[in-house]
Amino acid sequence: MDYFIELFFSGLTRGSIYALIALGYTMVYGIIGLINFAHGEIYMIGAFTAFIVATVLSIYGFPLLAIVVIAGVAAAVWSSAYGVTIERLAYRPLRQAPRLAPLISAIGMSIFLQNYVLLAQTSDFIRFPELIPEFAFMEPVAHIVGSSDMVILVTTAIVMIGLTCLIKYTKIGKAMRATAQDKTMAVLVGINVDRVISATFVIGSALAAIGGMLIASHIGQINFYIGFIAGIKAFTAAVLGGIGSIPGAVLGSMILGLTESFATGYVSSDYEDVFAFSLLVLILIFKPSGLLGKAEIQKV
Amino acid sequence: MFPVKELKRSALISLWFAFLTFPILVVKVDPLERIVQWRWSNMFYIAIGSFVLSILAKVYMIRKERRDARKKETAATEPFAQRIIREPRFLYPLAIACLIFGVSFPFLFSVYQTNIMTTALMYVVLGLGLNIVVGVAGLLDLGYVAFYAVGAYSYALLNLHFDLGFWLVLPLGGLLAAFLGILLGFPVLRLRGDYLAIVTLGFGEIIRLILENWSEFSQGPSGIANIPRPGLFGIDISFGGGITYIYYLVLLLVIFTIFVVNRLQNSRLGRAWLALREDEIACQAMGIDKTKTKLIAFSLGAFWAGLVGVIFAAKTTFVNPASFTFLESAIILSIVVLGGMGSIVGVIIGALILILLPEYLRALSEYRMLAFGAVLVIMMVFKPNGIVSTVRRSYRFKGHAEIEGDSHE
Repeated sequence: MDYFIELFFSGLTRGSIYALIALGYTMVYGIIGLINFAHGEIYMIGAFTAFIVATVLSIYGFPLLAIVVIAGVAAAVWSSAYGVTIERLAYRPLRQAPRLAPLISAIGMSIFLQNYVLLAQTSDFIRFPELIPEFAFMEPVAHIVGSSDMVILVTTAIVMIGLTCLIKYTKIGKAMRATAQDKTMAVLVGINVDRVISATFVIGSALAAIGGMLIASHIGQINFYIGFIAGIKAFTAAVLGGIGSIPGAVLGSMILGLTESFATGYVSSDYEDVFAFSLLVLILIFKPSGLLGKAEIQKV
Repeated sequence: MFPVKELKRSALISLWFAFLTFPILVVKVDPLERIVQWRWSNMFYIAIGSFVLSILAKVYMIRKERRDARKKETAATEPFAQRIIREPRFLYPLAIACLIFGVSFPFLFSVYQTNIMTTALMYVVLGLGLNIVVGVAGLLDLGYVAFYAVGAYSYALLNLHFDLGFWLVLPLGGLLAAFLGILLGFPVLRLRGDYLAIVTLGFGEIIRLILENWSEFSQGPSGIANIPRPGLFGIDISFGGGITYIYYLVLLLVIFTIFVVNRLQNSRLGRAWLALREDEIACQAMGIDKTKTKLIAFSLGAFWAGLVGVIFAAKTTFVNPASFTFLESAIILSIVVLGGMGSIVGVIIGALILILLPEYLRALSEYRMLAFGAVLVIMMVFKPNGIVSTVRRSYRFKGHAEIEGDSHE
């Protein structure tokens, strides 16, 4: 039973990380209808920024708490900056272009960013500093749930609640929902659509950066390629839940994380990705627009 | 010509990039030795580089605006490339010239060059195959490389276990891939657009992961080596000769593919695909069997990938799962989109550019993938319709009044 609970929690942890990335996908998709292939790279850059800042600070002897906070903020700030820049350079000029053009541009961006980090930093795996200590109060359950799992779960929960409030109650959230529903109409009622799209990229990128930092300190190593797999998984999760839907992204991520965790634990770790993708295919066969996605009725 | 305002804007842009690239490009840390290395010169290069580039981009924009304004005054003319393709009197001599160049290529250039050209031509076929699925039928397939892998592995495995020869496996590999295409197609064709894209992507990854992990079947990540090259009526061919031989084989395949795809585009089936791409519901209302038409597109596209896969295995004499990653699918898709969706000439040009470019960028060695990514983005931003955009079929009434049957969305 302990093993089951352990797998359950590790699945939830994984799911939380996927959710943090998947939200960026789903929000961008909801607003401009683009699969942002470079989003995984944003997450990778977040992890790298956190790594660099944290290491520099620890060399200069800052206390752990300050390191965690500053590294997290720096990761979020720089990832957002990258997100906005990518949108401005590679997607905005293509807003009126045929549907596949921005997709290719996104793939190109993703290849570019991977190699940029590869050249500027290193191609090897580097050890990520342990940012989350083992808490004393977690001692009795430490063999089942690690402290970093707990931190990831709690952080994700807080971020989710914050995001929901942002989208439901603030002005920018309302503008986002309006833009997602109908861009032309949103322009007509005086919403600056360009600004809303930039804001979406900022929020999505910041979430991905936080996810990147958490998972990097949980796993303990990073390299320039981590964004690709994580990006694909998170996108799978977003589609699983119904792309464009925010609760769907969270639900899909949790399901994906749990499936992978149990598949790894009970079957074989070689096939965890196969399970993830098979699950996706299965769900989409029966619910072609994802679990919580709205079925689109097409009219001629 | 260049107002101060623009200079100020460029200065701001260069400041922004200096900020953006600061942590990753400037700071380098070694967590074990606890050393921080500050590379301020990088920041300087970035600032200067982005300043110059932003000015160049602005100049381009201004010029383009002026050109567009002038174009509006004069009547809209067809782009140069399209005029050549449309007019048989330009196209046929050009095609014959290309053919002569293609045939004489191994005599003109070294074995190394021939080898690269063979690869490029293989991608031409892959691009044309994917073009049927994505460009003509409008089904976004991100896992095309799976079928390519099936072709390659079917030759490798059938040869290993049953000692089957290249010529026997060539059609067999194609058929196996086509069969797999149908198998995958059945459940997923109900999905539309991006859902289809992610499922095909997942499918491609599943195939790769199975090849990687099921060692008893596929010998795992180390791959299968010593695959024989194709024979020619039992004659032994030297190494250099073998490369030339495969080159001609691929060239023949390219010509065959162009012929088939061209005939298909003007056939009943080809028109059904186009209709399906434009509007599914209207298409069904016209009595086109949606499932059947889509499945044919899928399996036909897969068939070409299977053929090229077999040739790939024979050419490199070695296959392993690492050759069939998502990047490969992305490159093939880029060929189709960059060249111009649905256009045969466009796909050929796209394949030649995208495959030959990294080869000739080898001088830049480690920067070549960086350049490749940048080229993809830049090409898309400046030419979102691809190099040769397809012309919709239009009928011209050659009577007293000129009516163009142009369609508009």
